[in-house]
Amino acid sequence: MIGWLMMASWSPYIVGAGIGVLIWTAFLFSDRPLGCSTAYANTAGMVESALSRRKAEAMPYYRKYIPAVDWQWMLVIGVLIGAFLSAYLSGTFRVLIVPPVFAEAFGTDALLRSATALIGGILMGLGARWAGGCTSGHGISGTLQLSVASWVAAICFFAGGILVAGLIFGFSFL
Amino acid sequence: MLGLVSGIIFGFLLQKGGVTDYGVIIGQLLLTDFTVVQVMLSAVLVGMIGVYTMKSTGLVRLHARKGSVGATVLGGLIFGAGFAILGYCPGTAAGAVGSGALDAAIGMAGIAVGAGIFARLYPALDQKILNRGVFPTETIPELLGIRPWIVVIGVGILIIGILYLLAVLGF
Repeated sequence: MIGWLMMASWSPYIVGAGIGVLIWTAFLFSDRPLGCSTAYANTAGMVESALSRRKAEAMPYYRKYIPAVDWQWMLVIGVLIGAFLSAYLSGTFRVLIVPPVFAEAFGTDALLRSATALIGGILMGLGARWAGGCTSGHGISGTLQLSVASWVAAICFFAGGILVAGLIFGFSFL
Repeated sequence: MLGLVSGIIFGFLLQKGGVTDYGVIIGQLLLTDFTVVQVMLSAVLVGMIGVYTMKSTGLVRLHARKGSVGATVLGGLIFGAGFAILGYCPGTAAGAVGSGALDAAIGMAGIAVGAGIFARLYPALDQKILNRGVFPTETIPELLGIRPWIVVIGVGILIIGILYLLAVLGF
């Protein structure tokens, strides 16, 4: 059992099935789908509240999505912890700033990688809230519920992602 | 509390699956590595069957909301662009930080900033764009006028077919 937990990687089918079962429990015990982007909206709202509570409370968006350390927020913290546990147990924990695949294409400049991470993150945060969910919320939880919006969202996530990735890196098979 | 435990399990699984890795995610977007799709489709297959089974016995309810061209399509494409530039998603970014990737931490800060920008733009966007081209129904069975379980079985067969095809192609 411990050996299994210490493996560097598991079959994607097993991982996916595990996530599926996890979602069963989320629906059953928490009456919620699994989703990650609301946590970031909450964080933004909490920062706005810290800067000016009155202004934040007046914003329509934060009336709809009340900034709080809620179930979703704890979920994302949990993801961080869970991934650390897994990496630690399998000895794959490695501190890095520039991922190898990025370095191969663009060099090891940490500042460049940080800038792309920031810009990409901003676009992602904007897009996720705009679309009403991310690859977990729409891409997995929504599609399994056969939600029309989620299927469309998932297709657009990947269409946009593939297009821009191709523009940035170039496709190897072309 | 349950959120935290669910998250820990989620993060553990994601890391074991390799999808918290920048190379794996970019590999998916460049269509050379299909791990991400394999994980997602497996999750959808298992999740769909379980949730719809529980739904038919009244144990759970669905949480689907109507989308629109202005919100879902536009937002989805913007997300996709960010996805390719950052190389993580909101969930896997947290997982990546847990695995030691500091660039993912910067990404997480960016996502929060982006969410904050959206919140500020929200009143204008809601008025002008987000409600354009609202989708007619919440779920696919309703859209097609077919009973849910038939769609579930159809989608299930489709997913198994895609996973089999990917395996045969050597991914």
